[in-house]
Amino acid sequence: MSEEILRVKDLIKFFKTTQGVVRAVDRVSFSIQKGETFGLVGESGSGKSTTAFTIMGVYPPTGGEIFFKGVKLTGGVKSRPLSLKKDMQMVFQDPGSSLNPRHSIGQIIELPLKVHKLYENNRKERVEEILKMVGLPLDFTRRYPRQLGGGEKQLVAISRAIASEPSFIALDEPTSALDVSMQAKIINTLLRIQKELDLSYLFITHNLSLMRNVATRVGIMYLGKLLEVAPTSEFFIKPLHPYTKMLISSIPVITKEEEKLKPERIISRGEIPSPVNVPPGCAFHPRCVECQEMCSKTEPEMIEVEENHYVRCNLYIDQSK
Amino acid sequence: MNETRFRFLNEERKRELVKNWRKFSSNPLSIVGLISVLIVLFLAIFAPWVAPYPQSWGRWVDFNNVLKPPSWTNWMGTDNFGRDIMSRIFFGFRYDLMMAAAILVMVVPLGTILGLIAGYFSGTFIDTIIMRVTDVFLAIPSLVLALAICSLLEPSLFNSMMAVSVLWWPWYSRLSYGIAISLKNEYFVQASELIGASTPHILFREILPNCLSPIFTKMTLDVGWVILIGASLAFVGLGAQEPIPALGNMVSAGTKYMPDYWWMTIFPAIAIAFTILGFNLLGDGIRDLLAVEEV
Amino acid sequence: MQERLLEIQGLHLNYKVYEGYLKVLNGVEFNIDKGEKVGLIGESGCGKTTTMRSIMRTLPSNAVITAGKILFKGKDILTASMDEVQSLRRNNISMIFQDPTAALNPVFKIEEIFSDIIRFSVRTSSKKLTKDEIKLKAVEALKAAALPDPERILQNYPIQLSGGMRQRVCIAMALISSNDLLIADEPGTNLDVTIEDQILRLLGNLVNERGTSIILISHALGAVKGLVDRVYVMYAGNMVEVAKTDDLFSDPLHPYTSNLFKTVPKLTGGGIPEAIKGRIPDYFDPPKGCRFCPRCDHAMPICEKETPTFKDMGDKHEVACFLYS
Repeated sequence: MSEEILRVKDLIKFFKTTQGVVRAVDRVSFSIQKGETFGLVGESGSGKSTTAFTIMGVYPPTGGEIFFKGVKLTGGVKSRPLSLKKDMQMVFQDPGSSLNPRHSIGQIIELPLKVHKLYENNRKERVEEILKMVGLPLDFTRRYPRQLGGGEKQLVAISRAIASEPSFIALDEPTSALDVSMQAKIINTLLRIQKELDLSYLFITHNLSLMRNVATRVGIMYLGKLLEVAPTSEFFIKPLHPYTKMLISSIPVITKEEEKLKPERIISRGEIPSPVNVPPGCAFHPRCVECQEMCSKTEPEMIEVEENHYVRCNLYIDQSK
Repeated sequence: MNETRFRFLNEERKRELVKNWRKFSSNPLSIVGLISVLIVLFLAIFAPWVAPYPQSWGRWVDFNNVLKPPSWTNWMGTDNFGRDIMSRIFFGFRYDLMMAAAILVMVVPLGTILGLIAGYFSGTFIDTIIMRVTDVFLAIPSLVLALAICSLLEPSLFNSMMAVSVLWWPWYSRLSYGIAISLKNEYFVQASELIGASTPHILFREILPNCLSPIFTKMTLDVGWVILIGASLAFVGLGAQEPIPALGNMVSAGTKYMPDYWWMTIFPAIAIAFTILGFNLLGDGIRDLLAVEEV
Repeated sequence: MQERLLEIQGLHLNYKVYEGYLKVLNGVEFNIDKGEKVGLIGESGCGKTTTMRSIMRTLPSNAVITAGKILFKGKDILTASMDEVQSLRRNNISMIFQDPTAALNPVFKIEEIFSDIIRFSVRTSSKKLTKDEIKLKAVEALKAAALPDPERILQNYPIQLSGGMRQRVCIAMALISSNDLLIADEPGTNLDVTIEDQILRLLGNLVNERGTSIILISHALGAVKGLVDRVYVMYAGNMVEVAKTDDLFSDPLHPYTSNLFKTVPKLTGGGIPEAIKGRIPDYFDPPKGCRFCPRCDHAMPICEKETPTFKDMGDKHEVACFLYS
């Protein structure tokens, strides 16, 4: 059994708005092992980014527990110890706004070194070492974010995240704003430094094809709830939850081999409802093709159908292991 | 190799400067503003040398030349003590600009920092305290407040400066408050929080540099207004006192001699208008320049 | 032989900026027949949207067309008068944008937006519609776009609708005035994958029913594949390859096309090869010859000097690359 880096138990994050309470993250539980990439997939409004932000402490959680390397985390980012911030980092979705336009790339990457008092005698060399690691030219240290392309900015954001030598990085849609050729470069860089630095990732995306190539385990989120968690290969070969099937069959693919892999066509219908009015019972039942009478009344629990394959659906209620 | 890289960056900076200058100069009004401001600055700095009768600035009387209309010897005429109006106006620029600069130096850092703190801690009691105090100051008409403060204290240049400062800082805290609130949720601020950077670092190294251009613009626009308020106080006798040649009390002194000796009032008034207009046009030009950059 | 609806011949377009000219379009060749469904793929910044905006004549004021023709039913759009262009926009060509939220004016109800469009689109046909007729037409259009309860939607403001519904409203709007050609600029990119799937299916059904030609622009290759007959691949202001959809995806010829397909993450897994090195060229100073040359693994001396032109490889498969000449 490998070492557990992060465990989230019944994590809850509600936002109060004028329209009502938004149940952004509703009793989400999962764990991430050392060196693993755990993927969270879902449509917009499913709460996947909120989950990451809550784990990182940008939003203080409403309820539930977060354990990092066995230590319980409490409260928001400001009340957490400095050593923890060194160990957990995050890369944001929009590379444009994640770098301060008034700072040079050198200053941006140097900041974590300064804050955590690392390499105090040879910071400049360390910054160049990090740039080399992500494959950026060294003269970038004097450049400013506006002189860079989107992909390069994202690589700088990744450099900043790895500068404090963390063991865990949350990646919130790191490539969704980029082109496919740039995406390939970012993803490969991420996977390479993961091996080199023995990192664990929480990888968030809406792109299932990308997830297939990155994650070791995948969780599907819908309206703040985890509906299915499984190892990646099994997840795509044998999806169980009707929502997962619908998602996979909606993915546009370009080769015949991929076409074969898709489950039989499930026509997608309906839209994700507002998280203020979550449907009663199973949240997915109004869009579900296999909806039964009980689905609108009883909310299913997460059950382990096969080893390490969890699903939250009334269809599998009898197959619990 | 190092050298070429350096040159490349310098080149780039130069190109940017040229580009900004072109953008700025495409509006003739901005150029008018810039030239006016430069003229005023020049006259203020070199007043003792460019003024035709530099002794006119202070306690100096020449009863042979009292209340002379504009002529070739005194272009803007003389006042009731026989002092040359034009020379006094040049020195007046000096006092008014010094007053504006001193006020802004006091007001801008104070207001900006308070606004930054309130904005970054928005939603907490710190925000409530700072911004409600700001609102109270903003709610009272500024000139009325300044008059009240000045009449409580002894009328002098220094006290009128204090009065204007007291009523001016809330505008800067409002401005930086708004910017801080919007920047607080930018990813780069969140990233530095996650890194563990200290609050002063986030306030002054991450957020503040992004506030500087709008604040600088507002400062340019404000110079004119501060001069106007200072002149208004001086006009009603609550600002600089005789014989200091502030533009406001020159206008005020002249009113007693209106309309027969109109030059005593009109020329200092034109000087005030000229200064304010110049700074406002310049400020507008800078604002347009920065507004485009922000998009 | 099919009737040719739109043809772009050797379109060159520059953007004038302070530092000089951005040489964006570099001899674009494109054609679409009546009733045909054509896809256009390429990375962001390759000139897809600029090309489409030149068809609609909605280019920004700093755009300069230096050469080329855009023939719509044999008539050059670029030299047409503004009245003719207006009539074209009202009756012949319409466009769907990437962001449905920005495409709908937030201060008007859907009904008001629709009635304006309907009134303008029939202005040329000399008869005036009554209020009821306009409403009937609007309801029909919304129904055609598979929107439930059109009467209620007409009374809503855009903000009250979800993203998917807004895009359906935009499609309905486009179809009222469009008789010949529909240009869809990344219609599903801002939407979720299940909603994008629905929108693309709807578009496919509608153009099939009405015999409208459609140009579908996307950087999501898979989205294009399911819908269109023929696909153009664009790179840095040039069309580099065109073929029937199945031929292109099974047998891409241009090095850019094949590398682009490789970089798309596959559902079958196995990692993502980093097939394309470098980045899109600087339009101030683009490569002299083939614009893909600096990033190409098969670059030859000739590629640096001359720009390749389309060469027919049979069965409507054309490629602009010196490897095949």
